[in-house]
Amino acid sequence: MTKEGTQNKNNWLEKLPSVSVLGPILALFLSIGFFATQHPNFLTPNNGALIISQVMVVAVLAIGQTLIILTGGIDLSCGMVMALSTMLMTKLAADFGLPAPISLLIGLTVSTGFGFLNGLLVTTLKLPPFIVTLGTLNIAFAITQIYTQAQTITVSDESSILLWFKQDIAIGGITIGYGTGIALTLFLFTAISWALSNTAPGRHLYAVGNNPEAARLTGIPTQRVLLMVYTLAGLIYGIAGWLSVSRYGIGNPNAGQTENLDSITAVVLGGTSLFGGRGLLIGTIVGALISGVFRSGLTLMGARSEVQILITGVLVIVAVAVDQLSKGKNSR
Amino acid sequence: MTETIFEAKNLVKRYGQVTALDGTDFLLRAGEILAVIGDNGAGKSSLIKALSGATIPDSGEIMLDGKPVKFRSPIDARQHGIETVYQDLAVAPAMTIAENLFLGREILRPGFLAKLFRVIDHKKMLEEATNHMAGLKIGIRSMSQAVETLSGGQRQGVAVARSAAFARHVVIMDEPTAALGVKEGNMVLDLIRRVRESGLPVIIISHNMPHVFEIADRIHVQRLGKRAAVVNPKKISMSDTVAIMTGAMKVEDIPNEVLA
Repeated sequence: MTKEGTQNKNNWLEKLPSVSVLGPILALFLSIGFFATQHPNFLTPNNGALIISQVMVVAVLAIGQTLIILTGGIDLSCGMVMALSTMLMTKLAADFGLPAPISLLIGLTVSTGFGFLNGLLVTTLKLPPFIVTLGTLNIAFAITQIYTQAQTITVSDESSILLWFKQDIAIGGITIGYGTGIALTLFLFTAISWALSNTAPGRHLYAVGNNPEAARLTGIPTQRVLLMVYTLAGLIYGIAGWLSVSRYGIGNPNAGQTENLDSITAVVLGGTSLFGGRGLLIGTIVGALISGVFRSGLTLMGARSEVQILITGVLVIVAVAVDQLSKGKNSR
Repeated sequence: MTETIFEAKNLVKRYGQVTALDGTDFLLRAGEILAVIGDNGAGKSSLIKALSGATIPDSGEIMLDGKPVKFRSPIDARQHGIETVYQDLAVAPAMTIAENLFLGREILRPGFLAKLFRVIDHKKMLEEATNHMAGLKIGIRSMSQAVETLSGGQRQGVAVARSAAFARHVVIMDEPTAALGVKEGNMVLDLIRRVRESGLPVIIISHNMPHVFEIADRIHVQRLGKRAAVVNPKKISMSDTVAIMTGAMKVEDIPNEVLA
C-alpha cells in the first residue's frame, strides 16, 4: 500500500526548511534590502561586522533561551545571571588578585549553578518557569548590586583571558573586529544546532516541549532532560558573560537588562514557538540579526532610540501572532 | 488449550472509600485479541492501569509467562515487553513519524564517539520505520513527515505501530477507535488484526460494541470491580453481553456454551 512512485517526487520538498525558518530568513533579507536603499553606508562590510559584533552577546544568551523555550518554558533571569557572571569574572580578579582563569571559572560555575537552581525549582517543585525565573532574576540582580555596589570594573590587562574574544581575525586582507567572539558565537550555534537535530538528548528536548506526557510514557526521563537544559542554559549565560566582558572590556552590574528581553525577542523572531517543541536554533541567530539590522538601519536613518524600541515591540507581536495563527492551523 | 501469557488473580484497588477493583481476575492467552468491556465505574480502567503499570494494585497477583511480576510504572511494564497505546494519542505531533516510532529508543550510530554523544542514525531509523509500517500495511508515504500532517486514523496507526514494534509480550490498547470516523476505525481494526497475526496478543478496551464483536476472540466483561464473565462473541448476542455488563442478566443464568 505504500506509494513508492510519489515518494521521490516529494523528497526535495521535505528537504526544504519549513516555513518557520524561511519566514525569518526572508524577513532578514527584506529588512537588509530596505535599509540598503535608505542609507549608502548600511550595506558595507564594516557595518555588517559592526552589526554582528553588536548582536553576538544577545545571540549567545538567546541560545540558552531557545533551549528553554523549546521545552515549553521561558527564562527571565538570563540577563541578570549573565551580569552576575561578568562581575564575578572581573571583580574577583580585581579585588582579591585572583588569576583571571580562576575568576572566569568561578563566574561560569555560578551562572551554571543559577541554571541548575532554576531547573531544580521547575522539576522538583513543579513551579512554572515564568515564576521561578522571575524570582531568580531578582535574586541575581540583587546579589550583583550588593556585591558590586553598582560599580563597573574595567579589565586593564589587555592580555587577560577575559578579553580573549576581543581579538580581530584577518581573513584575506579583511579584518573582522571581534573575530574571535564572532567565531565563538558561530561555533556555539553550529554545535548546539547539530546536537539538537542529531543526538537522542536533542530530540528528547523537542519531545518534552512538544508533548511532555507522550515523552514520559515512551520512557524519556523528562525531569532529567529539563534539569539538564536549564543547567546547560546557565553555562551558556556564563559564556555570554565572558563574551560581554571581552566585547565591552568591563564587568557591568547593569549588563543584561536589555539583553534579558532581547534574548526572548531573538528567539521569537527566529520562529521558535513559545508553546514549545517547535523551532530551530538557526532561527534564533537570524532573529538576533533582524533586531540588529533594524537597530543599525534606524540609527543610520537618524531615528530616535525610542523609535527603535517601538519597532522591536511591533516585530515581536507580529512574530508571536504568526506563531499563534500557525499553531491554530496545525491543531485543527 | 492455548498457553496463558498474562494473568491476574484477585486484584484489589481502592481509592479512599471507593473500591475500583474488588478482587478481579484476568487472563490473556497467546495470540488472541481479548476485549475488556464494562459499564462506567466497573473497574475496567483500573484493571488496565494495573496491567500496564499506570497504577499499583493494593493486593493481588499479576503473572507474565507464569512468573509473578510487579510493575511500578508504565516504563517498568514496558521493560517487561508490555506496550500500551493510550487513548489520547500519545505522540509528539511536531516530530516525524520515524522519530515518533523510535522516541526514547532511538537507533544510535556505532562507534565510541557516536555512543558517547548518543548520535542518532537517521537513515537507519527511516529505513526501519518504512519497513515496519509497510509490514503492518499502513499506507503512509514518507516517514519523514510530521505526525501532525496525518489524519486521526493514521496517527493512531503510528501509535499502534510503535507498540507493535517494541512489544515482546502484550499490546494493550485503550479505546483505539474512539476518536475516529467509520472508515478510519475500520482501518485501525485491520491493523489490530495484523498485530495479532504477527503473534502478539492484544488487549483492547472499548465502548464500541460492534467493534468489539467484530474483532475480539474473547470478551472479558467487568462488572462492579470483578470479572463477571468471559464470553465468546461468536456464540452470544450483543444484547445478552450488554445485559451481563449492566447486571440485567445474572451471571448464574449465562448458558455454559457462550462462556469462553
